[in-house]
Amino acid sequence: MGSVSDLIIQQIINGISLGSIYALIALGYTMVYGIIQLINFAHGDIMMVGAYIGWFCTTTLMLSFIPALIIAMFFTALLGMLIERIAYKPLRHATRLAVLITAIGVSFFLEYGGILILTPQTRTFPEVFPQTVYEFGNITFKYGDVVIILTTVILMAILTLVVKYSRVGKAMRAVSFDKEAASLMGINVDNTISATFAIGSSLAAAAGVLIGVYFNTINPLMGIMPGLKAFVAAVLGGIGIIPGAMVGGLVMGLVESFVSGIGFSTWRDAAAFFILIIVLIVKPTGLLGKNIREKV
Amino acid sequence: MKTKKIFTYLIVALLSFTLLAGCSPKAPTDQPAADVVKIGGNFELTGGVAEFGKKGENGAKLAIKEANEAGGVLGMQIEYVGADNKSEAGESTAATTKLATQDEVIGIIGPMTSGNTLAAIPVITEYGIPLVTPTGTNSTLTVTEAGALNDWVFRACFIDPFQGEVAANFAMDTLGATKAALVIDQKGDYAKGLAASFKETFEKAGKEIVASEQYVAGQDTDFRAILTNIKNKQPDIIFIPGYYNEVGMIIKQARDAKIDVAILGGDGWGTGPIVDIAGKEAMNNTYYVDHVAADDPALADFAAAFKAEYNQDADSFAALGYDAAKLLIAAIEKAGSTDKEAIRVALETMSGFAGISGDINVDSATHNPQKSASILKFVDGEKIFAARVDPK
Repeated sequence: MGSVSDLIIQQIINGISLGSIYALIALGYTMVYGIIQLINFAHGDIMMVGAYIGWFCTTTLMLSFIPALIIAMFFTALLGMLIERIAYKPLRHATRLAVLITAIGVSFFLEYGGILILTPQTRTFPEVFPQTVYEFGNITFKYGDVVIILTTVILMAILTLVVKYSRVGKAMRAVSFDKEAASLMGINVDNTISATFAIGSSLAAAAGVLIGVYFNTINPLMGIMPGLKAFVAAVLGGIGIIPGAMVGGLVMGLVESFVSGIGFSTWRDAAAFFILIIVLIVKPTGLLGKNIREKV
Repeated sequence: MKTKKIFTYLIVALLSFTLLAGCSPKAPTDQPAADVVKIGGNFELTGGVAEFGKKGENGAKLAIKEANEAGGVLGMQIEYVGADNKSEAGESTAATTKLATQDEVIGIIGPMTSGNTLAAIPVITEYGIPLVTPTGTNSTLTVTEAGALNDWVFRACFIDPFQGEVAANFAMDTLGATKAALVIDQKGDYAKGLAASFKETFEKAGKEIVASEQYVAGQDTDFRAILTNIKNKQPDIIFIPGYYNEVGMIIKQARDAKIDVAILGGDGWGTGPIVDIAGKEAMNNTYYVDHVAADDPALADFAAAFKAEYNQDADSFAALGYDAAKLLIAAIEKAGSTDKEAIRVALETMSGFAGISGDINVDSATHNPQKSASILKFVDGEKIFAARVDPK
């Protein structure tokens, strides 16, 4: 190795691969926030459940990567809807703080319920795709990096199509714009909110399976840090704005790689949360946020 | 109001009496029946680390059985009295008190963990009973943070920072390394201690630490950024003194990034599924320091005897439990009496004791044994004995 440009390119690859995962998780935060103005702090833990379902599929059921991913996304979507129905729906007209605290409660429930049922032991994924490493001069990336980036791009493309053109997507946009007017137009608000949770949770599950497969270890508390980082990513891009979550995730991944890359690995997490503070002070609506979106 | 005040004074007076009672001379300890020597065992037989305790106790019992078959000590048979500390510090104090007062043992083996050993120290100091912990590696067990020696505490294992020294010597002498990179868990005292002693030894020999990177155990899963840095600095070896979980991930990601140099670590590698996490291929060309290696030829007889007795595989906990008991018995022999002070002095001045985990010379200033450490190497996912490194 040696040349500085190689080093920079390598860190960009590292950053994009990490940032893709943050972006997938951030999408769930941002969609839920967009529709009911709730920061769903249990989102990182929903990702953990997705990772465990993926692990179960690949180890016990011996499935390959794509079926495991789809099954994990499906069941985690159901879990997301279930959580919404049980924990958040009864609080639809309560203060936002009450819902936020409930979300923290759900988060702890999933974390420590996970420890109780699954034990705190770290589990390892089998090798579900080849461990090939591609080398271009001094730059290396894995087959797994390609899978992460491709999966993210495909899922984001599908999401964009769904939100823009499908009935559910249109309903989601209408509800996030004005809940009451939407219901007067004959949109079933409860079902639309459920659909949002389902989509957000399934994206988190995809991120969970990707993390599990790529880093090879999962445990019941694995959702905490990526969850917080993805939350910062969502705020950075502009919470409630779908392309913002994608941009925010990538920026976070790149920032972390470069902070470590210039020799400040101790400051990496601090840098991530410093960004949150700066965004909240300078541009609270985020990178892609419009300045005023006050609803009447 | 006034009655309440009187009541308070009464309680204070009462409490003062109990304090005084504590100062009163202890009842003269009866010598146990003349033809038997009682040795106590304070082990983690149930609770969180019961696996350590059971193995350690079995090792100690085997040592005592062998000694009895060879005629006992000072012509007397040894009686082993066990106590369970339930893997809890409070229970460890209670178990030690029971051994000291009810059973009147003349020496104690155990506990296995540093925390439980720490909880036993006030009791053994009060009753003056020598204690040998098989695997309590925390340096403050024998020498407190204030620098005072705990007179009655001894151990059969080396202390944590020594592993860093061993790893550095092995890296320089056997692997011929001149440039090392460190990857340190910034939250763990264990990792920091090992890294500091590695650095000191390595740099004292005129070699260079080219990179020192940090991570947070229990949180980080992506180490590619720091590994890219390390690769750029081109070290000959990487020292990662963490626990198996993160170390496994770091090794996997290092090999993926085409970092093929040798990777070294401490005994935190040895207790978990490190090979499952990193993969067999990635673990090739990695080494770690441990107290003993199960396939060390010097351990073969012990391992066979242990297997025959308990139908279990011997590990480092069993071997050190065995050595701790042997060390105590050797001290009784050397003291020539069952007087506890004489045994303490004999332990303090013990030298050339041939343990199965290495020869032990007790440093009388710190009570820490100077002994050899084993280096284990991973070959296709199996741990294989690579070398024994003697202290310098």
